[in-house]
Formats: sequence, structure tokens, C-alpha cells
Amino acid sequence: MSQHTLSVLVEDTPGILARASSLFSRRGFNIHSLSVSTTEYEGLSRMTIVVNCDRHPLEQVTKQLNKLVNVVKIVEMDNDASVRRELLLAKVKADAGSRPQVIQTAELFRANVVDVHPDVVVIEATGRPDKLDSLVRNLEPFGIKELVKSGLVALGRGPRSITDRSLRAVERSA
Amino acid sequence: MTEQMTGAQSLIRSLEHVGVDVVFGIPGGAILPAYDPLFDSTRVRHILMRHEQGAGHAAEGYAYATGRPGVCVATSGPGATNLVTPLADAHMDSVPMVAITGQVASPAIGTDAFQEADICGITMPITKHNYLVRDTADIPRTIAEAFQIASTGRPGPVLVDIAKDALQGQSTFVWPDRLDMPGYRPVTKPHGKQVREAARMVAEARRPVLYVGGGVFKAGASQELRVLAELTGVPVVTTLMARGAFPDSHPQHLGMPGMHGTVAAVGALQKADLIVALGARFDDRVTGKLDSFAPDATIVHADIDPAEISKNRHADVPIVGDCREVIADLVVSVRNDQTNGRTGDYAAWWSQLDRLRTTYPLGFEENPDGGLSPQRVIKRLGELAGPEVSYVAGVGQHQMWASQFIDYEHPGTFINSGGLGTMGFSVPAALGAQAADPDRTVWAIDGDGCFQMTNQELATCAIEGIPIKVAVINNGNLGMVRQWQTLFYDGRYSNTDLQTAPKEEARVRIPDFARLAEAYGCVGLRCDRAEDVDATIEKAMAINDAPVVIDFSVNHDAMVWPMVGPGVSNDNIQYARDMAPEWDDED
Repeated sequence: MSQHTLSVLVEDTPGILARASSLFSRRGFNIHSLSVSTTEYEGLSRMTIVVNCDRHPLEQVTKQLNKLVNVVKIVEMDNDASVRRELLLAKVKADAGSRPQVIQTAELFRANVVDVHPDVVVIEATGRPDKLDSLVRNLEPFGIKELVKSGLVALGRGPRSITDRSLRAVERSA
Repeated sequence: MTEQMTGAQSLIRSLEHVGVDVVFGIPGGAILPAYDPLFDSTRVRHILMRHEQGAGHAAEGYAYATGRPGVCVATSGPGATNLVTPLADAHMDSVPMVAITGQVASPAIGTDAFQEADICGITMPITKHNYLVRDTADIPRTIAEAFQIASTGRPGPVLVDIAKDALQGQSTFVWPDRLDMPGYRPVTKPHGKQVREAARMVAEARRPVLYVGGGVFKAGASQELRVLAELTGVPVVTTLMARGAFPDSHPQHLGMPGMHGTVAAVGALQKADLIVALGARFDDRVTGKLDSFAPDATIVHADIDPAEISKNRHADVPIVGDCREVIADLVVSVRNDQTNGRTGDYAAWWSQLDRLRTTYPLGFEENPDGGLSPQRVIKRLGELAGPEVSYVAGVGQHQMWASQFIDYEHPGTFINSGGLGTMGFSVPAALGAQAADPDRTVWAIDGDGCFQMTNQELATCAIEGIPIKVAVINNGNLGMVRQWQTLFYDGRYSNTDLQTAPKEEARVRIPDFARLAEAYGCVGLRCDRAEDVDATIEKAMAINDAPVVIDFSVNHDAMVWPMVGPGVSNDNIQYARDMAPEWDDED
């Protein structure tokens, strides 16, 4: 099994998240992460879905996903040809004694301290998933009280845009 | 053309706009506003059903008969959930259908209001698409899109759930002159290179088969198929969903493949070196154990749904497109090849297949006790009623026998529930087919188990003047289940005896189908003896002003043969119990 990242352009209609995500579970796939947001075009949203599966079943689920009426386009984001980032927020135990070490660890990963309390700090970090994993491993000894990640977002490298062609159709209908 | 009207009025106006002439439904609280303008419509006939499931299957029957989307209407909550089975059925068998349901008023949505059910959420996996309409102004465009989606590409069911306040609100009626669905672009035109490649393979193959599925019927491609078959001389098999798409009388037709297919059709697929799948989906009932299915075959797979291609069996030559265009293009390519001297030679293949079909024809044993054998009844019905009528089967033994022992000559003359296997399909689907085409004779062939699931629609038939004919193949049992108990559960008949036919003289029939039919305002006939079969069928054929039900009391030990056991390789097909065919292993 390998990890795949799909960028899915969808019409911004009610229920589209449920339609897309339930399709994965119905066909026996576990979604590793999923994030949705608006795009540069009104009426068009973009999902970034990370799944663990083999090549053949991935093709099958992509075809099924493409059949959803509100799905406009699906592009698999190749690791080398895309920029991939995730946002992490972690609440880490940090009292007067350990705080300098915690902050130093955060700085090593170019993470920011965004909230401070006598017993804890909240650290914000962005980066590739492997970098964030490494940050988490280094923070664990201090004690992580709470952790949340945004799910991966990805954008292809270079001048091309996956919205270019699908767009015209959407603008027409707007 | 703009006009101020209520949402309910614009719904009916929209249905008129897309050319709907019949809808099947049952009113209720949330959909009630729509029934008021429907009352006045001179173009839309509403047929009042007795159960929403019946409305759904009737819409399917209508769609099979006309090729246009069937329409069913129900209220919110239980009305809508009763449509779940027919929606799933239509989804599996790609039947164009639009279901319109009322929903509780928008402010009440999500509050567990009376008769509220999230029918869009419930039907998400079993519809091609669905809509929840909260705004009156959205009704015309939504209806237009629903019909477009249901009837194009791979057809399927679309549900439109309309909140009650949207039906009651006022808006200006605007019919969309153009639909913009950027995410919905079915590919119908096949790729020329793939088609030429397929044609080349046909010419080079030694043992090719055309594996024809329901897509050929849906695409209206029977004529094209016949041309292709005769041009190439390739053998043809038709799946359960494609019976009639290629004439049974045609010498190149080997019959139905699959679990209860003919030895020749199953054998042809197993031994093939090239399978050209046209609008078929390599269903488990056709392939048997998948990894031993047609081990030597190269696969050309043409389907309008790209997701079907290489789903179950890898396609060496995938062709996405409408079957009619695919087959027409294939004909052109094959002609080109033939002009250039590239023609397939299948003489050895045909002699192998001819041996199979003469050695292992479809057949049955008469009832040893002298009573009725179900196969005989169905065969005679097919012979007496002929190929110009429509046959609508339920699900089970009678369905398989109806597929095996009736000769279908025209597309769409055999209507049944294939993918979902919905018992109770027959009577309401026959009703729908008959309502769509009043001049046609429609025979429902049903089992006693199926018949008891939906026979209340006989009331609808009687009152609405829809004179279907029903042949109940009554063995007093859930026959197919009983067959599996005979074969795989040591004859332990757990809960399959329905007591609708007397095993002993003393036992009472519950219910008595002939009397039940009479109670529903139909003509009820009974036939228990072989010598009465023809006369009873002829009597039913002579009645055209009322629905007729014939209760044929048949042998409950009869089994459907041939059979490929569940999870077993097609190689191990049994011609009859404990009797395997001998394959020609000359190759």
C-alpha cells in the first residue's frame, strides 16, 4: 500500500463533502486526511484527500468519484511535482523549567509559539508531513496535552493550474 | 415565458415541460401542495398506487417500456423511505427514473419533525444524483437537471426532495434553456484508435465471443449489434439484462451466460481467447469465481461508464462510449479490415460450440407425479403469448426459467430485476410497462413469494384500467432459497414453505391466489393439471378488459439447471444435479 494525494475540484454545493467522503468508506477506503476550502473561483471548492491504497483500487475510486455530478476534476498530486503542506497546533507542557527547551525545539523547526500559559505553550508549525512528525517526536518528551492537524494541502509546482480548464464551464454557469 | 406561480405549480409545469405523461405515486402531508395542481393537469396522468415501493417499480417498468425516465412521487419520511428499494434497484440496473419526494418545511429540517427523514442522505449511495430543494425558484432548473442526468450517460435514478415551503412559496417560473453541469459530461463518442484495435483483435482471434449486457438495450443498439454479429460471424451471449437485445432465434446466439446460463454460453466465455464485452459489467453472477473466469481471454470492454472498465476484470482494450456508437464504429472498422483481407476464421470454434449446444441444450424433467412442472408452464406461456408481448419477471426460480424457456426476439420484451434481485418487482413493474404502452400485452411472471410482496397493486391495476396478466408460478415455497437448501443445506427446509400451494389435499392455501385476485377486482384462474395449461393461458389471453391472475400450482421440487454453484468456477458448471458437461479439450 502506498499513500496518494488527490486534489478534487468540486462545485460548492450542500452535501458534496458527505458525497465524496462516504464514497471512500463505501468502497472500503480509509481516508488518511481530508481538507476542504474555497478556491480562487467563487462556487468552486477544492478537497485535498490523502488515502493509503494500491494503484488499481485508487483508479477505481477515482473513477467512482468522477461520476459524482458535482465533482468537476480530480488530479493526483505527484510527490515530486507538488508542494505539500500541513498546519499543526500542539499544546505542550512547559513550566518555567522546561519552557526554554520547548521553545528552542520549536525554533529548530521554525515553529511559532502562539499562546503561553504558566504550564503550557501552544505551538504552531507548518510543513511537510515528515517534518511535522519529526517535530512531534521531539516535543513528546515534554508532554503533548493536545494536538491537531489541518490535513494536507497540496499545489502542483510550475505555471500550470488545475482550475484553468475546468473553470470556463463554472464561470459560464455563474 | 415568465409567470408567477407556486412551487407546486412550477413542479407540475416542469414535469409537463420534460414531456412526462404518467407519474406513479401516493400523496401525503409534505407532498400535498403538489397534488393540488396535479389534479388539474391534463397532460400528466397520476396513477394512485397502494405502496410507494410499487410506485418506484412501476416507474422502472415505464422506463423499460419507453426508454424515458419513469417518475414516482411520494411524501416525506415513510413515503420516501419506501422508495429506497426501487431506487437501489434502478441504480443497480441503470434504469432512468426520477423520484420526487416531499420534505418537511425548511425550518423544520433537522429537528426530527413529524415524518421527517433525511432521504437525500439515505439515498446518496443508491442514486445517480439527488437534490434537496429549499427554494421555490430552484424547482424548474432542478427538475430539468434531474431528467437530464437520469436519462443520459449511464442512466440511473435521480431523487428530488422538495421542502414543503418551497412547494408553497411563490416565484416566477423560468425554464432553463441551457443546463450547465460542469462536473457532468458523459463520454459517448468512442476513441477511434481503441475501436480499430478491437476490430483487429476480432479478426485475429480464434475463439471470440460477443458478451452483450444491458447497455446494448439501454443504448438502443440491437440493430447495430446484429449487423456486427453477422458481419463477423462471432458467437453472441446475452446476459439477464440483455435478453431480447439479440434474437433468441438467431443461429449465432448461444443464450444467457452465468450462474444459470446455458452450457454453450458459459463454455464459450470460459474457452474464449477474446471477449468483446458490450455494455456488460462482469457481474459475479456471470463470471463465477472471478480469478478462474475466462483464463485465456483477451478483453475488449466497451461501456459508457468508465468506472465499470477494469473494475472486476482487467480490460486489455478499454473503450468508453455509448454502445450504439461503439458498435457502429466497430462495424466500420471490421468492414475496413475485411476489405483488406483480414477476416476471422472461427470454423473450429463454432464446431466446438455447436457440439456443446447440441449435447447440452436447455431442458427439464416433467414432474414425476404427473402434476405441473413450472418450466413447462413458462415455456407454453412463451409459445402461446409469443414474442410480441412483454414479459416481466420477479426474482428467483421463475425468473431464471422465464429467461431460459421463453424466446425473446425483441429488445425490452424481458423486464426483470437483475442486479439487486428485488422480489416483488414483477407486478408493479408490469403495471408501469402496461401504463406506458396500453396497446401492448404485458405478462407478469411471478413466484408465490414475490407475488405476496407487492400484489396489492392489483387493486391499482383494476381501478386504473391497467389489464396486466399475471402468471403466478406457485410452488408454495421460496423456491430458489429452497433449491439452495436442497443443494447446500442437506435438504433442511428452514422457513421456505409459504403454504400457498397444498402439499396434501387437506391443507388450505393461504392465501388462495385466484380468490385473492377476484377480491381485487381481477379475474382469478387456477391451473393444477398439465392438460389445462394451454386452455387456461388462452382464456387469460382472451380477457382484455381486466387484469387476470392465473395460479399455476407447480411442483416444488423442480430446480433451475444448469447451475454454477456460488463461489465456484464456471468450469464446474453442472448441467443437472451431479452432472458436469464434458468439455472439448482439443485445444
